[in-house]
Order: sequence, then C-alpha cells, then structure tokens
Amino acid sequence: MYDFAYHKPASVADAVKLLGADGEAKPLAGGQTLIPTLKQRLARPTAVVDLGAIKDLAGISVAGGKVTIGAMTKHADVAASADVKKALPALAALAGGIGDPAVRHRGTIGGSIANNDPAADYPAACLALGATIKTNKREIAADDFFRGMFETALDAGELIVSVSFPVAEKAAYMKFDQPASRYALVGVFVAKTAGGVRVAVTGAAASVFRWKEAEAALSKSFAAASLDGVKASASGLNSDIHGSAEYRAHLIGVMAKRAVAAA
Amino acid sequence: MPKVSLTVNGRTVSAEVEGRTLLVQLLREKLGLTGTHVGCDTSQCGACVVHIDGKSVKSCTVLAVATDGANVTTIEGLANGNELHPMQAAFKEHHGLQCGFCTPGMVMSAVDLAKRNSNPSEHEVREWLEGNICRCTGYHNIVKAVQAGAKAMAGAKAAAD
Repeated sequence: MYDFAYHKPASVADAVKLLGADGEAKPLAGGQTLIPTLKQRLARPTAVVDLGAIKDLAGISVAGGKVTIGAMTKHADVAASADVKKALPALAALAGGIGDPAVRHRGTIGGSIANNDPAADYPAACLALGATIKTNKREIAADDFFRGMFETALDAGELIVSVSFPVAEKAAYMKFDQPASRYALVGVFVAKTAGGVRVAVTGAAASVFRWKEAEAALSKSFAAASLDGVKASASGLNSDIHGSAEYRAHLIGVMAKRAVAAA
Repeated sequence: MPKVSLTVNGRTVSAEVEGRTLLVQLLREKLGLTGTHVGCDTSQCGACVVHIDGKSVKSCTVLAVATDGANVTTIEGLANGNELHPMQAAFKEHHGLQCGFCTPGMVMSAVDLAKRNSNPSEHEVREWLEGNICRCTGYHNIVKAVQAGAKAMAGAKAAAD
C-alpha cells in the first residue's frame, strides 16, 4: 500500500471540504473494500478522509412508512435492529448475509452503495424497494443512482448521508453466493410495494438492474408460479470462472422464484 | 506521522504510525503481539481477527490510525496468566486445531459468538465462522470446540455472578 495523508473530520461539512480541496482524496467508510483495494495498489489516493468520527452519519430510524439508515451504519447493526426486522425484515436479513461477521462489524451501507460493486447486496435492496439516497447536497432515487460497474450518480466529493427505504407489503432477497468471497453470484430482491412489484438483480451483470419481465408477470399475480416460463436473457450478463452468462441467467429465475416464495 | 493511542489487552499504548499502517502491523510489529496472524491478507481468511470495542474484526482490514481511542483485545488478552480462557481450553480439549495458524482468529471469532449466544447450534457456529478459514481440520472439531467453549464461558460467567 502506498502511503497517504489521513484525515478524520468530525462533520460532513468538514469531510466535504477536505474532499473538495483534493481531487485525489478518497472517503473511507468501513474500509472493507477500500483497504483491500489500496493494499493491491489498485488505487493511490493522496489522502484518506475517514468518516468514522462523524456521529450523525450512523443510526436507524423508522417513521412515516420509511426505514432510514445513516450512511455509516454497520451491516451488523442493520441486521440486529429490532426496528428494521419489524418494518423491513428482508432488509435486515440481507444485511445479515453480507460477507462474514467480522466484515459486517466494519462495513457500512453508505460504503457499499457508493462503491456499487456489481455483486454487492445493498444495491439490489435499494433498487427493488425504490429507496432514496440522500447526499450532502441532494436526494437521488435508486433508479437514477446506479449507473454501471462501480459507477454511481455521485459527483466527485459528494457524500451519502443516509438511505431511505419505503416499507414494502412483501419483500425478500435470495442470493446464490460465491462460496469464497460471499459475494452474490446472483442475488434477486423482490418487493411488492405501493408503487407496484419491483425485481432487482445483482451479481449477474456489470451493475444491478431491474428485471422488468418478471415485474410484469408478478404484477398479475405475486406467486412463484407466475415466473414459470419467464426466462431472463443471458445477453450482457457476466461470464467468469464461477459461472457462464447462461448459468447466471438460469440462476436469476431460480433465485427470483425462491425470493417470491419467501416474501 | 500520525500518533495513535489505544487500549490493547487492558494496557494503554501509544505509537507513531503511517496513515497506511494496518492494525495488524501495529499489533505485531510495534507492540510485539505476534499471536494475531496474517494469513491471506485479503480480508477472507480470518487469521487476523481481534476485537475492537468487543466486536470481532479483521485487523488486516483496519487502519491502525483509525483505532485511536479504541479498546482492542487480541488472543494474548484472553488467558488469565497460565490459566487458559475457557474457549482456548475447549480448543485444546476438543482438538480444534492442527497446525494452529488459524487458531487465534478462530478463538477470537468464537469468543465474540459465545458472548452473543451461549448455546450456539452447529449450524450457527458454522455460519459465524464463514470468515475464518482452516486448511487442516475440516472444521469438525473446531465446531465442537466452539460449542463446548461457549457453554464453558456461560458456566464461568454464572459462577462469577
């Protein structure tokens, strides 16, 4: 790892100022992706701005039909939250399945979403539940947030403050995880919401995406059998040593059915 | 260089570190606490697990400077003099190790589990140890050791109360 200057600001405003002053500075949330990335010298920031001391970035609140989670809230805290388990059990379960316990004690929702790993779990929840991502300067709908592989709508130096999830009538997340990394080979989040049925797929392509054909089928009847004969296309899906595009396409259908059955 | 002050195994320590110094490097190289191991160095194997403020974390994936003011416990902080911690004793009793390289991380993860769940099922133990990799044992005896250690910890706590 190359060395860097280290800053630990006490407020979002100070963090934004530090990031704005140095285009090569990187914000550090839980570090469970950034630190391995730095170790492999895949990134070489001049400075790391640690968000760990900013108190108001962590926390969970449930009000007005929404679960709002502060950007620096750890996966383990979301998984263990009685409020989240009650309002959005699928979200608590998803958080409890990220990585392993030690990773869940450090990793954060804001870090996961800002990184937008193609196989990360949280982006699927954001997209399927129609979450709103609040930053230091605006609110962004999940549909507009995830742009491509490791790409989001965030501007340089823009920080996620919190993520708001509308509670769903029914929701579940099922993933087929890659056994070494625990990342999703394919993960499918289904949600029956006030705005209709939404199905988000992670792990299968360059970025999380909505499976519209499944949404249409499930809108008629929210049952696993509604997906009989609905096939995900392998076109554009990832193909690697862990699974071909065709295999992933098949898994999308299997995981979607399991998620609907569990919801 | 940034200075970091933290509590390690009940002792207050201070050190000058670079921004890039990892917690495991601080523990091993500056403080001489070599019980915490570096296995994969890619956040997967769990040989480097320690507790920060009571929670198990991978010390190869935490910046030392970020732990300023934290309370860190390593494998060296478990035993009471020559008396093994109940989880360590259970690993010995149930042959929960062969080469021993992964053992410090296994024990630290297991202690964290046992504090939350004094009677974990085999499935719960295996799930909790997803981030701890052992290349020798096939995990069977590790799981037995963790279950026995968790019970022993609960028994010791009940006796102390």
